[in-house]
Amino acid sequence: MQFDYARRGVAAALGLSLALAPLAATAEDLTGTLKKVKDTGAITIGYRDSSVPFSYLGGDEKPIGYAMDICYKIADAVKAKLGLPKLEVKLNPVTSATRIPLMANGTIDLECGSTTNNADRQKQVSFTNSHFLTATRFVSKKANNLHTIEDLKGKTVVSTSGTTNIRQINEVNTEKKLGLTILPAKDHAEAFLMVETGRAVAFVMDDVLLASLVASSKEPGAYEISKEALSKPEPYGIMLRKDDAPFKAVADEATAKLYTSPEGKALYDKWFTQPIPPRNINLNLPMSDEMKKQFTKPIDSPDPAAY
Amino acid sequence: MNYNWNWSIFFDQSPEGTGTYADMLLSGLQWTIVTALCAWVIAFFLGSLVGVLRTLPSKTANAIGTTYVEIFRNVPLLVQMFLWYFVLPEVLPRQLGDAVKQMPDAPFYTAVVCLGFFTASRVAEQVRAGIQALPRGQRMAGTAMGFTTYQTYRYVLLPNAYRIILPPLTSEFLNNLKNTSVALTIGLLELTGRARSMQEFSFQVFEAFTAATILYVLINLVVVVAATFLERAVAIPGQR
Repeated sequence: MQFDYARRGVAAALGLSLALAPLAATAEDLTGTLKKVKDTGAITIGYRDSSVPFSYLGGDEKPIGYAMDICYKIADAVKAKLGLPKLEVKLNPVTSATRIPLMANGTIDLECGSTTNNADRQKQVSFTNSHFLTATRFVSKKANNLHTIEDLKGKTVVSTSGTTNIRQINEVNTEKKLGLTILPAKDHAEAFLMVETGRAVAFVMDDVLLASLVASSKEPGAYEISKEALSKPEPYGIMLRKDDAPFKAVADEATAKLYTSPEGKALYDKWFTQPIPPRNINLNLPMSDEMKKQFTKPIDSPDPAAY
Repeated sequence: MNYNWNWSIFFDQSPEGTGTYADMLLSGLQWTIVTALCAWVIAFFLGSLVGVLRTLPSKTANAIGTTYVEIFRNVPLLVQMFLWYFVLPEVLPRQLGDAVKQMPDAPFYTAVVCLGFFTASRVAEQVRAGIQALPRGQRMAGTAMGFTTYQTYRYVLLPNAYRIILPPLTSEFLNNLKNTSVALTIGLLELTGRARSMQEFSFQVFEAFTAATILYVLINLVVVVAATFLERAVAIPGQR
């Protein structure tokens, strides 16, 4: 009996100290998002409703996508780091106009979508290791026979207002004296509609977004995406609050671990080379050389030249 | 709040290479004002015509006026913008449709026409209310004087009706001015659209929208003050 009690006592003490160990180790130096997550037992992920295949609403109105899968991994890493028995993952929809205020006021902790990581934006937020690289290209109707940027001379093209892409086509237009009429559209779907209805002959955008628009259009065979690119591949990153180094360290470690493992390649293939819900379209975008490099040695630089 | 305020952002070069962010917002303001004024011209004349139609003794005229008002007042403005911009060119004869699509500044013209027709339905209701607010004896007096219907409206009813509805017309003008922001959905680079692109480029959301808000308030104050002067100038001495 005596012996038994003692053993139980030791076990209880051990269990208690085990449970308390992570608490004791981190309680003092927890700051920013990690502290918030620890205090509330919840982490909030901001998702986009139509950023296929990064973050979008699937058949049952639940957000799914490549970036969402990555964010769930980050949430797991945060849970492990804080030694929480249970972590609630809340989901909050964001748009390009609301993501910054919601990130700043603490409503969301991670923004999972297709947000370009660039130097200007780094003044306001941070980004984890880039999860995708995309170059600016244009989509046009095959019937129009437009293959290079020179072919667009004197024509009307469209891009989405407020994107880096519309800036690039403006620059190319001035530089090469193409005499383009450049229409700004409110969003990607509308810009594509302009090409569909003939308001514009080409839509200048990130190639991955073009691929998803074409794949989900009525006649995917009627469009072609230019081989020629207007820019070097630019990185997409998952957005975090600025000046929150401990949280960024956890997120960076989790993403680096994921990308360099075979799971990373499998995750990429799941969303970019296989049919995806809800309509089982296939984007057919095998990994580019830059992406392969990024997945061997993940970095978070906003500079396209670094990839 | 973990937000990096930067009010000097307005003096930074915008990445479009056409000047600073402040220039960008001001060019947006210009489009807003021009669109609002052009749309108002359509709204005022068409609205007056339809409003009068609804008060004429003719049943056919009433029906035409009522149909117009109900169609344009009951369909959301955003939907109307899309119909004008995307659907209209498709139902026109092919050549004409293509010409419309290739027109330079198409979003501007579309916005003016759409907003003009939409606001006209609202102005029409104000005009009808103004005419019906007049004592019935005025119309009869006109007839007794031997005026034709046109003359009764021109010299008796409308001058009084417009004076009555001046305050609600001012509200309508302000609505019209703010409604121009809906045109950003068809690619018009007006003030709200420019504030949105500014926040996309710089990620300084609050600065961009604060500036846009202030500009809207200022321009609306100017309209309100001008309307007050107009009301005083056209008031009939001794009335009210």
